[in-house]
Amino acid sequence: MARFVKTGRKTIKALNTSSLPDIVFMILFFFMAVTTMRETDVMVNVRIPDATEGKVLEKKSLASFIYIGEPIEAFQALYGTEPKIQLNDTFKEINDIQDFIAQEREQLNEADKTKMLVVLKIDRDTRMGVVTDVKQALRRASALKIMYANTNVDKIVLQ
Amino acid sequence: MSRRQVPEINTGSMADIAFLLLIFFLAATTMDSGLMRQLPAIPDPNVPQDVNKINDRNILEVKVNKDNLLLVEGQLTEFSQLREIAHDFIVNADDSPNKPEKEIVSLPYFGDVAVTKAVISLQNDIGTKYGVYIAVQNELIAARTQLRDNLARQEFGIPYERLDEERKGAIDDFFKVPISEAEPKRIGGDN
Repeated sequence: MARFVKTGRKTIKALNTSSLPDIVFMILFFFMAVTTMRETDVMVNVRIPDATEGKVLEKKSLASFIYIGEPIEAFQALYGTEPKIQLNDTFKEINDIQDFIAQEREQLNEADKTKMLVVLKIDRDTRMGVVTDVKQALRRASALKIMYANTNVDKIVLQ
Repeated sequence: MSRRQVPEINTGSMADIAFLLLIFFLAATTMDSGLMRQLPAIPDPNVPQDVNKINDRNILEVKVNKDNLLLVEGQLTEFSQLREIAHDFIVNADDSPNKPEKEIVSLPYFGDVAVTKAVISLQNDIGTKYGVYIAVQNELIAARTQLRDNLARQEFGIPYERLDEERKGAIDDFFKVPISEAEPKRIGGDN
């Protein structure tokens, strides 16, 4: 028992933090790997609707995005305030969707072509007319898997 | 020559730098979420259409007009009631003749069971607000998901989300309830 008492002074050794950077770097690399930077600048105001049943998009590489909404202020002088369709970096018309889908599909591997997903990011105040037109265009382009982007909430409040 | 000592580099702030980068990437990562839907293929005009029309009692007709009002089976309905109505319609607990028929089907895990033939048809006007349309669709999906989840808990004791594909498939067949989006038409007049 005497052994334990032998050291008269009590000194607590400093915690060894030399492996902390390694751990943090590991987490960092994980997030770097899963982050895909947004390649397109969104030129429309999109407030996506609320929903409770939304599922998280798992494979972003299979997804193509279509934005629909009122142009942002900088473009309003040129394009007005009617909802516009944005594909990649430009405003497009319904007729261009088929080409856009073909182009996006070209970029996927052979195996993934059937799994292609079109994510529709549409402003909640948009009228359904334009949405239906886009949906019809997607059907013609046989891009049938779609996702209506939404924010997940616990309860929907309609305004 | 005297021994030259290279001083060790102080790595104490390395963690701080890494944390900074980490937080940046954490903030930059966005998770997209949304409602998954499958659009119907464009019917081939050369192929004769299926003439078997779905029995009227099997269809729950949901319409949203240009003023964002909800009509269920022709009745003006509050949005908050929709989920319950859809639920009751699919279940048809009292075998009412106005609600969907059931069909005896043999399913894995369940054996021979009476499966509902319900179909939900969602129609909208071109003037309907997209937010309302999504909310309505969300309620309909929620009603179906809830039934599937209840069944999963009852039968397998675990939530639907955690089932394997095979069991999920069996439950999907039990409550198939397709939510069809009708061919676009104008139901609320021009506007």
